[in-house]
Amino acid sequence: MLSSDSLKKIDREVAKYPSDQKQSAVMAALAIAQDEKGWLAKETIEFVANYLEMAPMAAYEVASFYNMYDLAPVGRFKLTVCTNLPCALSGGVHAADYLKEKLGIDFNETTSDGKFTLKEGECLGACGDSPVMLLNNKRMCSFMLPDEIDKLLAECERTAAGH
Amino acid sequence: MALISTLKPLLTTGWSGGDSGWGIKQYEARGGYVQLRRILNEKMSQDDLINEIKKSVLRGRGGAGFPTGLKWSFMPRAFPGDKYVVCNSDEGEPGTFKDRDLMRYDPHSVIEGMIIAGYAMGARRGYNYIHGEIFEIYQRFEEALEEARAAGLLGENILGSGFSFDLFAHHGYGAYICGEETGLLESIEGKKGQPRFKPPFPASFGLYGKPTTINNTETFASIPFILGVGGENYLNLGKPNNGGTKLFSVSGHVNRPGNYEVPMGTPFQTLLEMAGGVRGGRALKAVIPGGSSAPVLPANVIMDCTMDYDSISKAGSMLGSGAVIVMDETVCMVKALERLAYFYFEESCGQCTPCREGTGWLYRVVHRIEHGDGRPEDLDQLNRVTENIMGRTICALGDAAAFPVRSFIKHFQSEFEYHIEHKKCLVDPAVQRAGSGFFKVGAA
Repeated sequence: MLSSDSLKKIDREVAKYPSDQKQSAVMAALAIAQDEKGWLAKETIEFVANYLEMAPMAAYEVASFYNMYDLAPVGRFKLTVCTNLPCALSGGVHAADYLKEKLGIDFNETTSDGKFTLKEGECLGACGDSPVMLLNNKRMCSFMLPDEIDKLLAECERTAAGH
Repeated sequence: MALISTLKPLLTTGWSGGDSGWGIKQYEARGGYVQLRRILNEKMSQDDLINEIKKSVLRGRGGAGFPTGLKWSFMPRAFPGDKYVVCNSDEGEPGTFKDRDLMRYDPHSVIEGMIIAGYAMGARRGYNYIHGEIFEIYQRFEEALEEARAAGLLGENILGSGFSFDLFAHHGYGAYICGEETGLLESIEGKKGQPRFKPPFPASFGLYGKPTTINNTETFASIPFILGVGGENYLNLGKPNNGGTKLFSVSGHVNRPGNYEVPMGTPFQTLLEMAGGVRGGRALKAVIPGGSSAPVLPANVIMDCTMDYDSISKAGSMLGSGAVIVMDETVCMVKALERLAYFYFEESCGQCTPCREGTGWLYRVVHRIEHGDGRPEDLDQLNRVTENIMGRTICALGDAAAFPVRSFIKHFQSEFEYHIEHKKCLVDPAVQRAGSGFFKVGAA
């Protein structure tokens, strides 16, 4: 169900915890599974739960509690824009509006070509760099004024085109 | 106090190297791991070590300001089984971004602080819980751990001392509530991050039910520096009861947002000047001095404050994590509060009814005021809801949701009343649009 590469990564996480506390690795394991699959289907969550010898419901509780797990398919590029107060004071809301207009979608929507999904984020912990957005849960993009947003979208388009 | 005039930065000493100064070689070149080596060579007693931290009057940098030495002394060191040291790097309080830079530019100071803490409290294992959204920082911390392990500073029998300690990074995945220490422990255990009822406190029943001490990233990072200058000297860098220097994350309407390290007791005005002053030369309206949960202070009040636990507390707010959110005259306070209220509504873990339901009420009522549907009784209603939340929940998130609402209404009541009566902002929308929250000025 998951690649051997993903399982190796999960094993590395399991090793961080006492041997009788495998469940501690569930957050990391779900993140690794999401990286491979793009999102977390019920079967994926159940697989992770079985792998870590925990109840599937307990794994589902974790997957549904933390904001960065996607329980439905998302586009290839998920952009999470912070609109919380410190960012809003420096253009965060307008960065989100600019993206909505450029991509023609609202928060929690995906472009019809399946490339982009837009999410509204809570504090990303980088308020000094506002406006900030997070690309695919991994890359913090700082000082995202319109020119920078244009550059980022162009980069994503190039990646999608295989360049 | 002569030290202040000649003060060199402590915590930020290594930051000048930017993204290339974080490695173990650079850290050791600037005196890193010297304190750990000294402690192990001298076989320093745990009591002496904890007393040195007590002397420094280092107070917890995560927000509560609890004296670190005292916290360490609560650990049952003689308890024979597993004990844990946990670092809270789940930095998600709006306005706070200091721990991210600490781990980005100087991760080994956090590691050294945690190893020393493990030695002082007889713990053999530690975890650093890192905010989900800063994956690149998590990766860097993992690399730094590998470096420390390769250098024999982590693992079994560290530097032949007989002391063993290992440390691991745990990556969060987006839940503000995990910044609450018992929610964080639940999260490490692989569960929903819902806070635990206290007592029992983590010192007796913590991670996996074992004695555990949880400190903030900046707190741990301060430890090697305190031992370097000596506890008493560290205290004297700040002011009585507020030892040392502290990082302040300055965001919002300033010319140079960023982290600034200053001695405790530095006037707010000095900090504001360091951050380049208010953007566009506008007038200061209000400041949230300690992260979004801290009560807001109007300009005239904050301008008379010094940046330390006691001064900010006397002014009616909290120093919290040292996140200073600056707002100028173009801000509509109803709109600002609406965004904060939404945050707490979104992040309430849902465990306690007063918080789960109350944060929803707070958001909906502020939302309707902002959008022209406010009712004359709404301000009383908001205060009543906060009273029904405060002190009636397992953790402090409920209080944290209530403080902004109460303080915004208290200090800017006329703006809220105007909104309800006239169904629009007191601050002219054109003035708001000209403000820094919009690209055309913010970009300049």
